Amino acid sequence: MSPVLSALRALWIVFRHMFRRRDTVLFPEREPYLPPRYRGRIILSRSPDGEERCVACYLCAAACPVDCIALEATEDETGRRYPKWFRINFSRCIFCGFCEEACPTYAIQLIPDTDMAEYHRPNLVYEKEDLLISGPGKYLDYDFYRVAGVAVGGKGKGEAESEDAPVDLRSLLP
Amino acid sequence: MPEAGWGAVHVVVMLLMPLLLAAGLVWAERRLLALWQDRYGPNRVGPFGLLQVLADAVKLLFKEDWIPPRADGATFVAAPAIIVTCVLAGFAVIPLAPGFVVIDLNVGLLFLLATSSLAVYSVALAGWSSGSKYSLLGGLRAAAQMLGYEVFMGISLMGVVMMAGSFNISRIVEAQQGLWYVGPQFVGFLVFFVAGLAETRRLPFDLPEADSELVAGYHTEYSGMKFGLFFIGEYMGITLMSSLITLLYFGGWLGPWLPPVLWFFIKTFIFIGLFILIRASLPRVRYDQLMGLGWKIMLPLGLVNLMVTAAVLLAKG
Ligand code: SF4
Ligand code: SF4
Repeated sequence: MSPVLSALRALWIVFRHMFRRRDTVLFPEREPYLPPRYRGRIILSRSPDGEERCVACYLCAAACPVDCIALEATEDETGRRYPKWFRINFSRCIFCGFCEEACPTYAIQLIPDTDMAEYHRPNLVYEKEDLLISGPGKYLDYDFYRVAGVAVGGKGKGEAESEDAPVDLRSLLP
Repeated sequence: MPEAGWGAVHVVVMLLMPLLLAAGLVWAERRLLALWQDRYGPNRVGPFGLLQVLADAVKLLFKEDWIPPRADGATFVAAPAIIVTCVLAGFAVIPLAPGFVVIDLNVGLLFLLATSSLAVYSVALAGWSSGSKYSLLGGLRAAAQMLGYEVFMGISLMGVVMMAGSFNISRIVEAQQGLWYVGPQFVGFLVFFVAGLAETRRLPFDLPEADSELVAGYHTEYSGMKFGLFFIGEYMGITLMSSLITLLYFGGWLGPWLPPVLWFFIKTFIFIGLFILIRASLPRVRYDQLMGLGWKIMLPLGLVNLMVTAAVLLAKG
């Protein structure tokens, strides 16, 4: 008798689900809540003083498992590196976030935005103009050049945060 | 209107009603399943997603109508037609209201049993002619399953026939004026319901289809509207079984206040809903479990029901 009872009980339980709240989010009319660290569209951010954060180190391109990041490094007259062009092919990106993990400067970030459907594949290839935003993204006051030891325009050796002034090696001679 | 005119109306209604209902049921089943799984189901195309069926039909019609090279062409094409023809033929003896029936056959119930079991040929032939292992297994299962349930299906109905003293479905309904047969024939109803599930190849007895093991069973190789016909056949089969349960056990069109046709449809829809609810909740049984259930539980139950009914009727004189 117990299989019959359990079948009837299953029917009853399933029937009661009729009066539950729906789990579906009716998408275009209602936006689902995406947490701030959701891995969606990728952006390139700027440091607090408005400079490009990316130093064109290629680490993101190397980390990307589907090889969808391409860029070319260049330098300005003060020796500050930046990407001449930066291209992400979103038709291949799997939004794994490895690029963000790999980036030493917090330049590349995944943001909670997923509305990027297109009818034509080439429209999914984003260039640097499409990627670069005007703010610092998720990390408000991080500035790579302010903590790094390299000298660039406007910042000499020893001027970085918690960095001592360079030692004159010759003065140590006996 | 002259007699012949009414006959034509009946034929047209009985042809269109099952087809339209089947189309509607595709939508209803998806919405109901969704409802029971905390989803919404198709709700985008047209009001409440009602036009989804139309969109699906257009899609099916425009799909490539492919016949696998190893298939037996003629049989492969004929199989989906058989199921629809058989089920539609069954509707000929279903009375919607007093006098509203295409043919008021004296052996209506026998005719219905005959046509609805012929539908298994469609499944078996489809499985055999597809030239695919999965289809063949599905077809074999359908044939064996039919042997399993067809016997107790017939036997379970005999109780009703004995009480009404007729095979004529309209007469059986009229005989339920005082008391619906679900009361005195409760065991028979249960056995028939289980058989109906197996007959329409619905979960938990959808072994010939068994998506999780046989891809799609007997219609694995079908595409386009041929697949659509199997689909329509299945839904019409559910409608046929539900209306049969309504007619034989729940007093058909009998009921107070509302017009008879409405009562018939209300009761039928309740059973269609039950069919879908069962699909939403019960897992598929194993093959030997189905056989055991049929031969070891349902058949004896049906026989006992038959004998007790006969004894009571005899004792009453
Ligand atoms: S999220 Fe993953 S796949 Fe997309 S660009 Fe970054 S590393 Fe590549
Ligand atoms: S985005 Fe980050 S990881 Fe990629 S090249 Fe620029 S600095 Fe390097």
